[in-house]
Amino acid sequence: MYLSEEFRLNVGLAEMLKGGVIMDVTNVEQALIAEKSGACAVMALERVPSDIRKEGGVARMASIKIMRDIMASVSIPVMAKARIGHFTEARILEALGADYVDESEVLTPADDEHHIDKKTFKVPFVCGARNLGEALRRIAEGAAMIRTKGEAGSGNIVEAVRHIRTIVKEMKQLTVLGKEELVHESKKLGAPLELVEWVAANGKLPVPNFSAGGIATPADAALVMQLGAEAVFVGSGIFKSEDPEKRARAIVKAATYFRDPVKLLEASEELGEPMRGLDVTKIPENELLQTRGW
Amino acid sequence: MKTVGILALQGDFEAHRNAIERASDAAHPAQAIEVRTAADIARCDGLIIPGGESTTMWKLLEMEQLVEPIRAFAAQKPVYGSCAGAILLASEVTHPVQAALGLMDIAVERNAYGRRIDSQIATIQADGHDMEAVFIRAPIIRRAGPKTRVIASFAGDPVWVEQGRHMVTTFHPELSPNSPVHRRLLEKL
Repeated sequence: MYLSEEFRLNVGLAEMLKGGVIMDVTNVEQALIAEKSGACAVMALERVPSDIRKEGGVARMASIKIMRDIMASVSIPVMAKARIGHFTEARILEALGADYVDESEVLTPADDEHHIDKKTFKVPFVCGARNLGEALRRIAEGAAMIRTKGEAGSGNIVEAVRHIRTIVKEMKQLTVLGKEELVHESKKLGAPLELVEWVAANGKLPVPNFSAGGIATPADAALVMQLGAEAVFVGSGIFKSEDPEKRARAIVKAATYFRDPVKLLEASEELGEPMRGLDVTKIPENELLQTRGW
Repeated sequence: MKTVGILALQGDFEAHRNAIERASDAAHPAQAIEVRTAADIARCDGLIIPGGESTTMWKLLEMEQLVEPIRAFAAQKPVYGSCAGAILLASEVTHPVQAALGLMDIAVERNAYGRRIDSQIATIQADGHDMEAVFIRAPIIRRAGPKTRVIASFAGDPVWVEQGRHMVTTFHPELSPNSPVHRRLLEKL
């Protein structure tokens, strides 16, 4: 599957986002601010994760009108979220012409056992993961890029850090194992042997590996990128802050200069108040978004 | 040993780095480095502007005051742009109108083949040889000026164009296992 034309094109599309910032936007005005600030793509949705968390209820695919308006207003790619397992929402987004679909735990799952069979789509998918097994299962289903789940809408980077560290560590461990040990790892990870062997040989995922879920500052973005993320998604962190445009520009700069402390200092000056953020340990177990999907 | 800088503000710079390493051989030995500052650019014998989002790259080029250093570099040394990089090398950009470096006399229309649905892997002819061309949300070169040379076309539009030491492709040779474009860049160093 890794050499099929479709898969190569979709991974190629994901490659173009590397080093960039994908920003959640809920209307045309925000989409224009994101584009002007240097976002490499926008995620069009009805409510940002922190509002979904606050307001509760069932979170579904965004209204078609919001997505059409946003797609018409910017020249950068537009992503959209479908519920986990909701392949019909994904088909509608594909028909609409969304550039990427995020099968996202931020929305209320539509299926508590199955993810979407993404190989049957032309549109590339991004999926969340907390560990290597989850990442490889999503890739096996056809995801063209992976992002850490983190804890969406929390403004707290701790879960994204845990997830990127876990995935990177589990990949490193595979690189030192023998063939017969990889069979056992494949069983433990719940992931196809073919993919486990690929990771063992290459020390990385066969698709781009991004980070999401709690990024609120330029320093947060640089942190996850130094830990191995190749691009970042920022959800509530920009438009729930005091000065979204300034913060958006600063996070874009930080994603490029993530190893340069002087540039990070420049990016961090006078940004106004960040979003408030939540202590993840105080969020009740049944309200965690990251445990959705498997 | 020559040094090729890959502009690493945003985009598929890692794929270009790998493509240069694959193209490097005894006749044209080269290493690739990621460049993000004017000081980095000054260390290079050639520069690649990768695929990615041209608006994002242009924003960062302006914000970090890299436009003039790249123009000064280009007055002496070769610059190659793929896809978004081709947009940035152009003298005229439309759909939407956007500023660019103006290193080559070409007019480029962005996102001209449409969204993802229209991305494709095609076979094209370059100087009489077949090669693979990966098109991803590709721009179209609407006009190539008299000083340019079209090395390859696809469906009637130029897709690989050269002007003196500079080159652009609207496709992504860095995503193919074997890139004649990167080899040609090494020959120009």
